Amino acid sequence: MSSAASASAFSHYSYLVTVFLMVAGLYIVIACGNLIKKLVGLGIFQTSVYFLYIVPGKVVGGTAPIVSDAFKVYSNPLPHVLILTAIVVGVATLALGLALTVRIREAYDTIEEGDILAADEPDRRAVGSSAP
Amino acid sequence: MAVVVVLLARSRNLFGVVLLGGVYSFLTATVLVALDAVDVAMTEASVGAGISTVLFLGALHLCKSEDARPARRPWPALALSVAVGAVLVYGAQGLPAFSDPASAIHQHVVPRYLNDAPKETGVPNIVTAVLASYRGFDTFGETTVVFTAGAGVVALLRRRRPGRKP
Amino acid sequence: MRHDLILRVVAKLLIPFILLFALYVQFHGDFGPGGGFQAGVIAAAAVIFYALIFGLADARRVVPEPLVESMMAIGVLVYGGVGVIGLLLGGQFLDYFVLDHDPVHGQHRGIFWVEVGVAITVSGVMLKIFYMFADRGRIDES
Repeated sequence: MSSAASASAFSHYSYLVTVFLMVAGLYIVIACGNLIKKLVGLGIFQTSVYFLYIVPGKVVGGTAPIVSDAFKVYSNPLPHVLILTAIVVGVATLALGLALTVRIREAYDTIEEGDILAADEPDRRAVGSSAP
Repeated sequence: MAVVVVLLARSRNLFGVVLLGGVYSFLTATVLVALDAVDVAMTEASVGAGISTVLFLGALHLCKSEDARPARRPWPALALSVAVGAVLVYGAQGLPAFSDPASAIHQHVVPRYLNDAPKETGVPNIVTAVLASYRGFDTFGETTVVFTAGAGVVALLRRRRPGRKP
Repeated sequence: MRHDLILRVVAKLLIPFILLFALYVQFHGDFGPGGGFQAGVIAAAAVIFYALIFGLADARRVVPEPLVESMMAIGVLVYGGVGVIGLLLGGQFLDYFVLDHDPVHGQHRGIFWVEVGVAITVSGVMLKIFYMFADRGRIDES
């Protein structure tokens, strides 16, 4: 633990980068009204999570986890397996999100979040007033 | 990569946003190769930079809009994001340091995979062996998720009668 | 017309190599990076490339819709089938070592068929999603 504390600034630098990317993706999802830009921001957020898992698995001086006689030290293969699944699930979510965006565009004629909420206002007010 | 992300956040032309996303995916794949994650890099390059960009461009064409409106009142969102970032950086101090061979993630199950997988499965690529054999149930679920996504898109975008909007 | 010609010639040269690379990644996934997912996505990318250059109707003739839809389901069924065969031969679900006289060969067979199932499903789904997106815009224009 002492080695981690003494070299903490440099050894945890990768987490600074990861958190910066995560926060940037989060900001794009929250602040931008356009649905397509939100989905791109979500993709950036997912990519930062991949880094969060894979970076601690890397062993300096090791190689890719494909066993061969020439190498003795390998990087950790377990995060690779988990993130491979995560990437494919991410693209599945993206495809569904884009299909929903296309349907929203056809129903509301816009893909800006503010316009969609404003178009729903009369319906929401009507439902609120007629509720018992 | 940080430069690409900042440009993406500030850009308003949607076509540029999608292309910058593709560039970001390629840069991610390159960094992943430097981190010895070759399987993940190949998947990220083909899926993230290839298929994702194609789907985005297809959806953009269907949505027929070119420009995003600028974010109104961005300062609360920015403050919230920075606060979340500060909390995460504070929490990340407890995570394993970069390339520490004695950290917890290298113990327990991984040495068994690295030592026994070539003998038990005969497959040199440990990632494929773990994915298809040791953790085969997870891959089965993932294949089902991909199938469900395809079925969901078919359900959302199917046309009942040609030439008439449902 | 001229730049159209260049695109068509380049596409005709590249698409066979892309498909060959997809097959290489699929079957060489045991010895190098690769496997079912990457191969399925690359194969779907080759067909999407063909559809972009030569038109959606031509692509639909080469890879018709019923084939793509059945590919989506067949891949998952192949994966489940490998598991059920393990059940029938005396092991548990998705046990590979009962598939052959030698456990290591059984693992080889199991991993091979499982990756084939994954590649079929992934390429079918990616292609079907592309067809759906392209189809939607086409009917809107007419």
